[in-house]
Amino acid sequence: MSSSLKPEESVKQTLEPPKSTLGINGWLKKNLFNSFFNSILTVVSVLVIYFILKGSITWVFTTAQWAVVTENYRLFMVGQYTIDQLWRVWTCLGFVSLLFGLSAGIWKGTIRNLSIVLMLLYLVHTIVPFVSSTGKMWLAINIAIILAGYFIGPRLPKSKAITLVGWFISFPLIIFLLNGFGVFSPVKTNIWGGLLLTLLISVVAILGSFPIGILLALGRTSKLPIIKYFCITYIEIIRGIPLITVFFMAQIMIPLFLPEGFEINNVIRVMIGATLFTAAYMAENVRGGLQSLQRGQFEAAKAIGLNPVHSMAFIIMPQALRAVIPAIVGQSISMFKDTTLVAIVGLIDLLGIAQTVKANPEFLGRHMEVYVFIALVYWVIAYSMSYSSRRLEKSLGVGER
Amino acid sequence: MAQTKLQVTKAKEGEEIIACDKVNKWFGSLHVLKDVSLSVTKGEVVVILGPSGSGKSTFIRTINALEEIQKGQIHIDGINLSHDVKNIEAIRRETGMVFQQFNLFPHMTILKNITLAPIWVRKKPKAEAEKEAFELLERVGIPEQAHKYPGQLSGGQQQRVAIARALAMQPEIMLFDEPTSALDPEMIKEVLDVMKELARSGITMLVVTHEMGFAREVADRIVLFDEGEIIETGTPTELFDNPQHERTKLFLSQIL
Repeated sequence: MSSSLKPEESVKQTLEPPKSTLGINGWLKKNLFNSFFNSILTVVSVLVIYFILKGSITWVFTTAQWAVVTENYRLFMVGQYTIDQLWRVWTCLGFVSLLFGLSAGIWKGTIRNLSIVLMLLYLVHTIVPFVSSTGKMWLAINIAIILAGYFIGPRLPKSKAITLVGWFISFPLIIFLLNGFGVFSPVKTNIWGGLLLTLLISVVAILGSFPIGILLALGRTSKLPIIKYFCITYIEIIRGIPLITVFFMAQIMIPLFLPEGFEINNVIRVMIGATLFTAAYMAENVRGGLQSLQRGQFEAAKAIGLNPVHSMAFIIMPQALRAVIPAIVGQSISMFKDTTLVAIVGLIDLLGIAQTVKANPEFLGRHMEVYVFIALVYWVIAYSMSYSSRRLEKSLGVGER
Repeated sequence: MAQTKLQVTKAKEGEEIIACDKVNKWFGSLHVLKDVSLSVTKGEVVVILGPSGSGKSTFIRTINALEEIQKGQIHIDGINLSHDVKNIEAIRRETGMVFQQFNLFPHMTILKNITLAPIWVRKKPKAEAEKEAFELLERVGIPEQAHKYPGQLSGGQQQRVAIARALAMQPEIMLFDEPTSALDPEMIKEVLDVMKELARSGITMLVVTHEMGFAREVADRIVLFDEGEIIETGTPTELFDNPQHERTKLFLSQIL
């Protein structure tokens, strides 16, 4: 099909585009000082940035007293998790590191960059003075595990299947290890805390809300009136109430529905509440994706004989979800940050620990340091998520349009 | 040529494969199909002509149940097209459809587009499905594009892939819903050539089109639709050279 309309002789050598001739001065003039008002704007902005940076840097390095963070570091990370059982948390971390390492070796790309960030975080923690020597040993092991996973991963037979299964069972395994469930000495969920608890609640809410959200979205577009109106009612009620009320209801109401003597502990209750809450928003995101698809895609899937399940799995969902990755990740990030509300219903997540720590008379008035620190922790994780989302969008954009 | 082909298929197969009896459809209060009855025998190539909005696209879409009918009966290869999901799925396996907008799956390579249904609906082994996909791509003249995505192909190439995708299910009947209407003029011929080759191979075809040359050359029978009704049917010679009905004459005079 190479039908060129050009006659032979007119075919010229393709020309390179002209090189940019702007030097540094040229660039400055073009981008910062190209008009009188822009020049003023540039000068003002530079001044503002200078004072903000100067103030922050002076505060961070001279005024702030970081002892409140460093001396409570373990609390921030795992709350009051029993100290002589901490090896269980470390083992869980090791397992996650292994999965990161294996995935990095197999799929490269985004997951590799994330693994590098994880490794750097470990590395920083092995250097800083306030981490105990046992902690440093575990961190070193974790670094080794990531590296080992990275190099062994691609050579393993059936590596992809093994790694995926690993990710799949990782969550139940972690819950099992942390709780003990009779095999190890039990560590009650009410003393789980800090970053550990924050991560657990968000991971459950995000992963759990995904399938529920898809089902709700499909239900909302269903032709069967009962299913349709059930889903609409659910979504609209949940979206109409604040998350904090959902948490309160989960704490107070779920026990009322359970048979006598049967108890779900408060962490699980909060996880259920967060999952059901996020699911309603996920459903609306997914529905947006479904609506962005052309009707022809549904028709073509029917016309080649696919049944509804296959057509959803191969044709509709892959395209619908891809179209709304930014919204889904946005929802996940906001859920991750909203887990801070569990502090109000009595769980001591990262923010809960911050409240406790700053109430300690020993560190009176050091709340600024505490909040800056937890803000940094939230930012690192949230930014990793949004970074992955951007990369994912790019890599999935193959062949589109 | 159309004449000789007609004799061959009639002698060999000839039995009725599509039977539409007094099909009626409404969009809201708009009566889009009015008592449409049509019988197509196996191996026949039927071209449906008519002005836009005459219901010809809606009609062809009722044959594989993309549009529901409210009154009347449709039988495909003896299967009653009722509301029964099993029957509808059976009929969709027997019919391939080519759309005006191609409707390829943009997130899959050409090869995946073609092999998806054979693998999941016909339960063919992957290797066999891929081998057949390459043969089909060969047949529509673009074997070298197998690993590209639909967005990287020209309109004509995409439509030929769409034809290959429909053929991969080895259907008894091929439905074409204005297959060349969304194409740039220079690409129409490559698609029509593929369709002509198909017609010669003896598959039953129902084609909605505005390509008069194609209709005259390939059709065994032409059906003229207007305002939801069949106005006239006949061989190309009968219909083009000696139209009986006033509305047929009007339509032809506007087009030719």
